[in-house]
Amino acid sequence: MIQTPSNSRGETLFGLEEMELNFGPQHPATHGVLRLRLKVDGERIVDAYPIIGYLHRGTEKLFELHPYFQNVPHTDRMDYVAAATSNLAYVGAVEKLVGLTPPPRARYIRTILAELQRISSHLIWLATHAIDIGAMTPFFYTFREREEILDLFEEYCGARLTLNCMRPGGQPYDLTVGWEDRCREFIGAFPAKVDEYEGLLTNNRIWKKRTVGIGVLAPEVALEYGVTGPMLRGSGIDWDLRKAMPYEAYGDVDFDVPLGHNCDTYDRYLVRMEEMRQAARIVDQCLDQLPEGPIMAKRPRVLKAPKESETYYSVEGPKGEIGFYLIGDGTPNPYRCRVRPPSFMNLQALPEMVKGQLIADLVAVIGTTDIVLGEIDR
Amino acid sequence: MPDVLSDYLLWPLLKIGIVLAAVMGLITYLVLAERKILGFMQVRLGPNRVGPWGLLQPIADVLKLLVKEDVIPNKAVKWAFVLAPCLVVAPALIIMSVIPFGPPGASQKANWFITDINVGLLLVVALATISVYGIIIGGWASNSKFSLLGGLRSAAQMISYEVPQGIALVGPLLLAGTMSLVGIVEAQRDAGMWFVFPQILAFFIYFVAGVAESNRNPFDLPEAESELVAGFHTEYSGMRFALFFLGEYANMIAISAVAVTLFWGGWLQPFSSVEWLGFLDFGLPAGPSGALWFTLKLFVFLFLYIWFRGTFPRYRFDQLMDLGWKWMLPLSLFNLFLTGLLKIVL
Repeated sequence: MIQTPSNSRGETLFGLEEMELNFGPQHPATHGVLRLRLKVDGERIVDAYPIIGYLHRGTEKLFELHPYFQNVPHTDRMDYVAAATSNLAYVGAVEKLVGLTPPPRARYIRTILAELQRISSHLIWLATHAIDIGAMTPFFYTFREREEILDLFEEYCGARLTLNCMRPGGQPYDLTVGWEDRCREFIGAFPAKVDEYEGLLTNNRIWKKRTVGIGVLAPEVALEYGVTGPMLRGSGIDWDLRKAMPYEAYGDVDFDVPLGHNCDTYDRYLVRMEEMRQAARIVDQCLDQLPEGPIMAKRPRVLKAPKESETYYSVEGPKGEIGFYLIGDGTPNPYRCRVRPPSFMNLQALPEMVKGQLIADLVAVIGTTDIVLGEIDR
Repeated sequence: MPDVLSDYLLWPLLKIGIVLAAVMGLITYLVLAERKILGFMQVRLGPNRVGPWGLLQPIADVLKLLVKEDVIPNKAVKWAFVLAPCLVVAPALIIMSVIPFGPPGASQKANWFITDINVGLLLVVALATISVYGIIIGGWASNSKFSLLGGLRSAAQMISYEVPQGIALVGPLLLAGTMSLVGIVEAQRDAGMWFVFPQILAFFIYFVAGVAESNRNPFDLPEAESELVAGFHTEYSGMRFALFFLGEYANMIAISAVAVTLFWGGWLQPFSSVEWLGFLDFGLPAGPSGALWFTLKLFVFLFLYIWFRGTFPRYRFDQLMDLGWKWMLPLSLFNLFLTGLLKIVL
């Protein structure tokens, strides 16, 4: 690595200066409205400073203004490419707060929805990640499969993106007639599709050159920054809430948690690809074991949390641990809601990963971080 | 009309007009072809709204670019900003003047090329270099940081591919013993073998460097959309942007045409000595059949460009330099050495 020599006062040879570069918020590779203030020496990044808040909508305050039931749609709009897992975390938190237990059938349906959502979120990640590195074709292949998942969602709850598909205490709707078969059909064909994506990228020399050894996140650093999800597992730390604290139907199904070894962008890519396959496995098992019965627990028309109650509940979202911290005050509205968004925590590690790398690598690292600004800014 | 006037003015001008019109038409429809082929590679349809099968799409695009507002940024260096797109387009088009699209005819006006000069290859190399200046100047004159980085990348790219490319071109030159492009094709005819076979290494080096020169995937670093917004042409709009666009495609055609001429036998029909394959001249006289074969070979290369775009991720600019200096340069030198040895021994 060549660096322009500089003296103690930061002056460089030939009077060259470091350039400040505003990367975003309107930039094709910042996945929404992330802004990075970069200090670059030629193309080498000396320092990166993420600036957030361009998508701030005051969601946490909005939670306080509505009853527990009506808050579910707010969670859709946080991580807008993975609404079902945000729903799951929120309804789980409310259920824990007021002491509701959803019936088994609802738990299985939730698991299926959450895993389908994981696949669709990972598909978006793969599409944008690949197109950032210049490979254009995977984008269209992944969107073909994502379309099928969105069709399944649409059939189940009427929405494609902002699903609003869970309620505290159970599920709002039962699976429609034939949904199981269509889902099974999709899941059966999906692993072959993942092979197809991998055929385009995994052993591609240019792809490897652009990802192997790029954006290395040491396990200790990842832990310090509170990084979770595939980012953490890519660094070789075995921590998956679905295994560590099984919720919904995850305790009844068999799946593997893929781990990385080299802590780089390529390993995180492999981890996510394998996670898609495992998600398909989970959905398949859930469809096989799907119990009959009611989908909604007995519950009061208006949910009221006990006075001075508080709880934290989190699930393993596609991007990492998404958690809700709720405080109840005896009224139908939460007193305070605080969200732990995985993207926000993961973004913190970004400057650590890009220092000393090139601008081209920055794009690869933003892609591998898999952030959604709706969730970061809320 | 005196013969001199018609031979040295009228006919050349007519030919230039025809070639220019053909190249422009090819560029326009190359864009459509690229979008269509990429569409088929990517499970989608490509443009299909304007005209039947989207055939009028390129015309609609050009019209849109023509009527768009032409913005020159306040802090840009105006003369350089205006000059840059011309520097990209003009050389690529001038290269066409020495490309032999078909065989020479009985008289000068019956030649299937504009001109044949005895330093044709040198002219091609010299002109190809100039287009890079357009990109560097455009990136610098825009006075935008992203454009500047694009221009810098282009400069880095240029020095790393142009050296191996130049050395690779010496290979066919040695075999043919002439710099005239017509002469090189005729040498391939006389040798009974296209130069791609003895010069396979040189061909690969030339073509890879050519892809880099025309800023196409996987070497589209100077305009890397996801990294530098649009690289050197971030600040360009309207017709000036269209000129850069035109230049990129004209460059693609120029590089492919040179590759066909030097390595793939130019206008020569394949297997011309095999009797039962004689139908490969399509029953046409030598001129048109030669031009047809040239065009077919050209299309293969243009398809390759599009195929690359559908398949490859993008290199990083230091990795391109790595490739250029550590692999292509030694290989091209090795090839030169081998060719020289061959020439002495045989």
